[in-house]
Amino acid sequence: MFRFLLKGVLRDRSRSLFPVLVIVAGVMLTVFMYSWLSGVLNDMFDSNASLQTGHVKITTRAYAAQSVQRPNDLAIIGVDSLIAECEAKFSDMVWLPRIEFGGLIDIPDENMETRAQGPTFGIAAKILSKNSIEKDLLNLEQAIVSGRMLQQSGEILIADEFAKKLKVNLNETATLISSTMHGSTSLYNFTVVGTVHFGINAMDRGAIIADLADIQTALDMEDAASEVLGFFDDFHYKIKKSGLVSEQFNKLYSDPQEEFSPVMVALANQNGLADMLHMATAGISIIVGIFLFVMFVVLWNAGLMGSIRRYGEIGVRLAIGEDKGHLYRAMLMESLIIGVIGSLIGTAIGLTFSYIMQYKGIDMGSTMKNSTILMSNIYRARVTTTSYVIGFIPGILATFLGTAVSGIGIYKRQTSQLFKELEV
Amino acid sequence: MQDSQLIETQNLVKKFPMGRETLVALDNISLSFSKGEFSGIIGPSGSGKTTFLNIIGTLDVPSEGNVNVLGAQVENLSHKEAAQLRNRHIGFIFQTFNLLPVYTVFENVEFPLLLQGVPVDKRKQAVMDALDWVGLADRAKSRPNQLSGGESQRVAIARAIVKKPSLILADEPTANLDAENSHNVLQTMVQLNQELEATFIFSTHDEKVIQYLRRKISLIDGKVVKDEAMDLVAQPS
Ligand SMILES: Nc1ncnc2c1ncn2[C@@H]1O[C@H](COP(=O)(O)OP(=O)(O)O)[C@@H](O)[C@H]1O
Ligand SMILES: [Mg+2]
Repeated sequence: MFRFLLKGVLRDRSRSLFPVLVIVAGVMLTVFMYSWLSGVLNDMFDSNASLQTGHVKITTRAYAAQSVQRPNDLAIIGVDSLIAECEAKFSDMVWLPRIEFGGLIDIPDENMETRAQGPTFGIAAKILSKNSIEKDLLNLEQAIVSGRMLQQSGEILIADEFAKKLKVNLNETATLISSTMHGSTSLYNFTVVGTVHFGINAMDRGAIIADLADIQTALDMEDAASEVLGFFDDFHYKIKKSGLVSEQFNKLYSDPQEEFSPVMVALANQNGLADMLHMATAGISIIVGIFLFVMFVVLWNAGLMGSIRRYGEIGVRLAIGEDKGHLYRAMLMESLIIGVIGSLIGTAIGLTFSYIMQYKGIDMGSTMKNSTILMSNIYRARVTTTSYVIGFIPGILATFLGTAVSGIGIYKRQTSQLFKELEV
Repeated sequence: MQDSQLIETQNLVKKFPMGRETLVALDNISLSFSKGEFSGIIGPSGSGKTTFLNIIGTLDVPSEGNVNVLGAQVENLSHKEAAQLRNRHIGFIFQTFNLLPVYTVFENVEFPLLLQGVPVDKRKQAVMDALDWVGLADRAKSRPNQLSGGESQRVAIARAIVKKPSLILADEPTANLDAENSHNVLQTMVQLNQELEATFIFSTHDEKVIQYLRRKISLIDGKVVKDEAMDLVAQPS
C-alpha cells in the first residue's frame, strides 16, 4: 500500500507539487532562520565570554554585588592559589585572572603638562605571559588598526577612536590616573604601542588593554585580580555544565556570611544572557510555530481542494470496499510522504544557505564599522545538529495536521450516493 | 434462503424524503437471485434501478423489509462490515468507468487486492489473469487516459472481477459506449459469467444489454411489474 501511495504522490503533480513547494519554502526558512539565530547568539555568547564573563566567572561576593562599578577594593586576594586550586579541581577548564578598571588617561606634552585627557575603561589580562591565550580570546591581532601587539611590560593598546580624540601617537606616553586597591591615587606611565577597534561604542570611546602584571603594579594589586574567568578547554560553552561547575565551586568555597569569599557565576547568568537565551528560544519556537500554522492553514486548504478534485477517486475507493478509516489513514500516509519529501528538500536547501552564511557571513561593517573584539562585524549562521532536524517539525506536522483536518470530510461522505455521483 | 441463493429481498421498501412528502423509490420488492445468474433490472430512468443496486451492493440500507446479501443482513451491517463485504465479495461496474487516473491499468486492477492484503506474487498473477480475461494484458502499463471507452470499461470489469467476487453489480455499463464496444463488453461479461461462475446483476434500459440477459426484471415506479426467465438458446453469440 505504501508503494501504491508513493506512486500516486510522485505521479500526480497536482497532488504533490503545491504542498511540497509550500513545505520546502517553510522548512527552508525555518532551518535558515534557526541557523542564523544560533550563529548570532553563539557569536554573542563567545564575545561576552571572552571579553567579560568567561564560561564561568569568579569574583568576591562583595564585588559581584556591585560589579557594575568595578570596585577593585573588593578584588580577590590570593588569585594564584585560587587558580591553582581551580586547576586541580576542574582540570578540564582554563582559568584566567583579569582586572577591569576605570580611571583617566592623561597625555602629557614634552613639559609633562597635560596635553589631552579622557576617562577610560580598561581590561588587564595575562597577555605577555608565555603561551598566553588571551590574545586570541580578546581577538587582539585582528582588532589592531595601527601599531603592534604588546611585547613587554609598560605597554598598552588603546581604542583607535579614543586615540584620535586624544591625538595620541604611537610610542607616546599615556598616564593612567586611577585609584589603587587601597583607595589612594595611582599614576602610572604606559607607552601606547597600538590602536584597536572594538566596534562597541562604550569601549571605542575610551578603552585600553594592558597586561595584568602592569595593572597589578599600577593599582597595588599584588596577587589580586578583580575576577578569574574559567573556560572549558574546548572553548565551547556548555550551559548545563557551567551551572554544575558553579554550584560545585560555590558549595566548596563560597560562604554567604563572608563578603570576601569567592563566588562563581555561569555565563548564562551574567549580562542578562539567560534572558537573551530564553528570548532566542522563544523566538525560535515562535518562528517554528508561525511557519507551522501558516503551512497548516495552506495545506489544510490544499487538502480541501484536493478532496474536491479527488472526489471521484475517493468515491470509487469507498465503493470498491475500502473502509473510511483505511482511506483516511491512506491520506495521512500520503501527506507524510509529501511532508518528508518537502522537509528533506527544504532542509537541504536551508542547510546549503546556512553553510554559505556560516563561511561567508554577511558583512554588517556599514552598521558596525571595521572589525571588533566583542562581536564580529560579520554576522554568520551556525549549523548545529538541531539545524538538521528542526525543519521536520513544522514540515511534517503541518502536512499531517492539514490532511488530518481536511480529510475528516471522508467520514461525512455518504456511500448511498456513490452510484449517482459516479455516474457523472 | 436456499444455499444457492446469493441475494434475497423481502418486502424491500426504500423511501426518500422529498420536502414534506416522501418518495417511494422501491415499493415492496421481494426478489431472490441465485448463484451464476446473468440478470438485469430493466426500467425507464427514475424507476429505482440504481437504488436497488445500491441496497444489494451494501452502499445504502432499506427503509423497510429485509435484505440478505451473501448471508449478511444489509440493514444490520456497520459501515466497516459493509465495506468489508464489498471489498471481498462484490464487484462494481459503473456507467462511467471511474478508473484511477494516476495509476496504470495494472495498478487499477491490482487495487482491490491491495486492500485485501493479497501477497505480491498472487496479486500479480491474479491481475494478469483478469487482464487476460478482458483481453487487455498487453495494455497493463498504459494509463487510463490512453484507453478508449470500451477498453476503459473492460479494465473496470477486470478490476471488478480480479478478486473473484460472488456478485458483480453493473449500473448501466454501456451507457457511455457505442454499439460495437457495448457488444464487446457484454460478450466479455457473458464469458466471465460462464467461466468464473460470477453472478451478474445489471441495471439497464439499453436494448443491446437486454438481449444478453437470461432474466429480465422490469421495474416501473419502484414496483416489479415483470420477472421473466429467458430461453438460453435465444442468446446472441
Ligand atoms: N438519495 C436520493 N434522495 C432523493 N431521491 C432519490 C435519491 N436517490 C434516488 N432518488 C429518487 O428515487 C427514484 C429512483 O431513482 P434511481 O434509483 O436513481 O432510478 P434509476 O436508476 O432507475 O434511474 C428517482 O425518482 C430519484 O429521483
Ligand atoms: Mg440509475
